[in-house]
Amino acid sequence: MTTIEAPRSRPTRRRGVNWEKWGWLYMRFSGILLVVLIFGHLLVNLFLGDGVSAIDFAFVAGKLADPFWIVWDTLLLWLALIHGANGMRTLTNDYARGKLRVVLLVLLAGATVVLLVLGTLVLTTFDPCIGDSTVDALIEACAAQ
Amino acid sequence: MSSQAARSGAATAGRIPAPKRPAGTLYRGREGMWSWVLHRITGTAIFFFLLVHILDTSLIRLDAAAYDAVIGTYKTPIMGLGELALVAAIGLHALNGLRVIAIDFTQWGVKHQRLMFWIAIALWVVLMLGFAPRHLMHVFGGE
Repeated sequence: MTTIEAPRSRPTRRRGVNWEKWGWLYMRFSGILLVVLIFGHLLVNLFLGDGVSAIDFAFVAGKLADPFWIVWDTLLLWLALIHGANGMRTLTNDYARGKLRVVLLVLLAGATVVLLVLGTLVLTTFDPCIGDSTVDALIEACAAQ
Repeated sequence: MSSQAARSGAATAGRIPAPKRPAGTLYRGREGMWSWVLHRITGTAIFFFLLVHILDTSLIRLDAAAYDAVIGTYKTPIMGLGELALVAAIGLHALNGLRVIAIDFTQWGVKHQRLMFWIAIALWVVLMLGFAPRHLMHVFGGE
């Protein structure tokens, strides 16, 4: 049961970390960084060159050969997924009630953790010579290793 | 009218006419409300794309042919239009997000929130005019 405080009553300060405040601040500061990171991502992948029609294994392998893009994509992964998950948490708290709300929040947290781990592993352990490459230049480069 | 509203109404009698029918507020039905609605809808759409996008990109770690097959579906006309919608959603969310930040951290932002909404829409139109033709050529231009 939620009680509504009397108007102009002093806010009750709870002890411990104010997570809602830090979450609120996180949305703003990650948002500013994400504007740069996402528009950079879209510019390189969808706008410059041949855009989406140029994206294939070789294109991504070429990007990930440069540590710059590994750092960029890792920042993108963590900042964007946590930003998105925290936003969905807000919507879930607004629109879901009772058991459904708890189930949705658990699913959301689970999906977020799994994808953060998966994405980070992919970015940090990527090896262009894994699997059967169909790209001639890559086959040669990998054979030379 | 509640008794409280009646009392405060007496204090400012003649200055604020009582609405004849249920009227909007400074917020309801105005730019502030619609930017909030758009922010939630675009944010939700972007979130679900992000989930799929992390999964499909993860294929790059497993197999080149599998990655190429899945990313190939991103180049079809329907997905191409989907990408246009995605960029449109991201553009709105980003521009309105910067507006929200200005409102939350500056007094100037609070004062000019309505102007900033329309500036965000204008910048979004410019962004889409720049992106859409080029992207549609990449998708429909043939190769």
